[in-house]
Amino acid sequence: MMILSLFLGSLLFAQPALAAAPVPNPGNNAWMMTSTVLVMLMILPGLALFYGGLTRSKNMLSMLTQIGATASLAMIIWVMWGFSLAFGDTTYEGLLGKFISGGSYFLIGTDASSTAATFTEEVISKYVFISFQMTFAAITAALILGATAERMKFSAVMMFVPIWLTIVYFPIAHMVWGTGGLLLDDGALDFAGGTVVHINAGVSGLVLAYLVGKRRGWPQEPMPPHSLVMTMIGTGLLWVGWFGFNAGSALEADGSAGLAMINTFVATAAGGLAWMVTEKVLGHKGSALGFCSGVIAGLVAVTPAAGNSGPFGAILLGIISSAVCYFFVATVKMKLGYDDALDAFGIHGVGGIVGAIGTAVVYQPFLGGPGDGSVGLGPQLGVQVFSVLVTIGWAGLGTLAAGLLVKAVVGLRTSEEDEVNGLDIAEHGERAYN
Amino acid sequence: MLTTIQGRFIVKFIIAIIKPFKLDEVREALSEIGIAGMTVSEVKGFGRQKGQTEIYRGAEYSTNMLPKVKIEIAASDDIASQVVETIQQTANTEAIGDGKIFVLDLASATRIRTGAAGETALYGELRK
Repeated sequence: MMILSLFLGSLLFAQPALAAAPVPNPGNNAWMMTSTVLVMLMILPGLALFYGGLTRSKNMLSMLTQIGATASLAMIIWVMWGFSLAFGDTTYEGLLGKFISGGSYFLIGTDASSTAATFTEEVISKYVFISFQMTFAAITAALILGATAERMKFSAVMMFVPIWLTIVYFPIAHMVWGTGGLLLDDGALDFAGGTVVHINAGVSGLVLAYLVGKRRGWPQEPMPPHSLVMTMIGTGLLWVGWFGFNAGSALEADGSAGLAMINTFVATAAGGLAWMVTEKVLGHKGSALGFCSGVIAGLVAVTPAAGNSGPFGAILLGIISSAVCYFFVATVKMKLGYDDALDAFGIHGVGGIVGAIGTAVVYQPFLGGPGDGSVGLGPQLGVQVFSVLVTIGWAGLGTLAAGLLVKAVVGLRTSEEDEVNGLDIAEHGERAYN
Repeated sequence: MLTTIQGRFIVKFIIAIIKPFKLDEVREALSEIGIAGMTVSEVKGFGRQKGQTEIYRGAEYSTNMLPKVKIEIAASDDIASQVVETIQQTANTEAIGDGKIFVLDLASATRIRTGAAGETALYGELRK
């Protein structure tokens, strides 16, 4: 009897290998669908309110509209050719395969039973994976608009976004996350998109802000945020949504997602406090905007490290990122004189670089990180720095090309009169507050 | 007892610029001496006390105007000096920026509802 059961058992055990398609675990699927809509929440209304509150009241609707339209455009492009270029079924041999993939244009070959691989034996529904990654493309494009706020033409934004996604975002996403991608194969650690999303958006924003030019009157004329209450609401929505962004990047509802979750709490808390402490130490008052800025700096820095760090490494990252970002937005920006209006580069770009490089450190087991120590700190640092440099170079050059093209065709900025009257009336024919 | 010149009732117009947090106290003190109405507005300005500094992400903006409250009161000449004294004592914090009190002669005063002029415009029939 026992022999028989063993025999049957081994038969049963052998069967899954012969079985056809793997079936997604509903728990994982449910978590990934939740994560996807959480990232959506980060964009609308999270990022829209965060940025919107920082503008002057005459440009509020312009900010909200640019973000909404940009995210929507990115979603449509994603299902047409974006997903295929970043995560397509056809992987190319040689150099091309390091930068893009193909074969899944218009999601051809995908149906409700299709699955996507996770980091274990599990799979999730492919439509869920496509949707999840879609929200990342959408938020990254929207993040750039903080740098060019209050002066870039709506038509220019609508033309820039598709070009930028195609030549900058999709290749970088493939390099870091796609099968055969340049930086993935190199061993770069980027759990949820420190390079792909934040360094990418930050550097692109900086280059585009340079091409668009400074706002009229900046920096002599005061341009205080019109509603820090909205900025605080947006910050809260971003923080909540970021659990989908970071913990969702585990692609499963597993322990790695749990690690990403706790890190997204503590790094962010440390970042928010550290910014206010920095203000206090420099003789100012701990401010609401300082808290919000520190929260974002912490969130950005923990993004690549979310599942690649222990909680105390994450706290360290949050503190360092916050202090470095403060230095950039308060000192370096003024010295260099670039008008990154809402600090897309100063916080996302700089915080992303701190996070990407810092991930090499906090990943190590001696700091409580989940790394097994097989790749030492030195070599891992080299890999991380390389991934940062590739991202900066690619984003910078790609944005320069896309920006110059748009400038030549429709022009990048509004007329001086429209800028003075405010983009809400000039570009959209409405006022935020009546 | 009312001061008149050639039988005409004399009215003073008192404008006081004070610190906003002193408004309630001043209002109460004026009620106690019988002032039953006033006009209050929020205003901005500067004197010896310069502006204040706001800082957003390290970018400092100094605003050279500070918020103040302006009180306007029309009062008959016999109590005008008492009104000035009351405001001066109540709104005083002994710091710069406490404000100023200006007194003007008022050419006329008319109550819109009744069309009454002079003292009746200010105090109704009560003091007659």
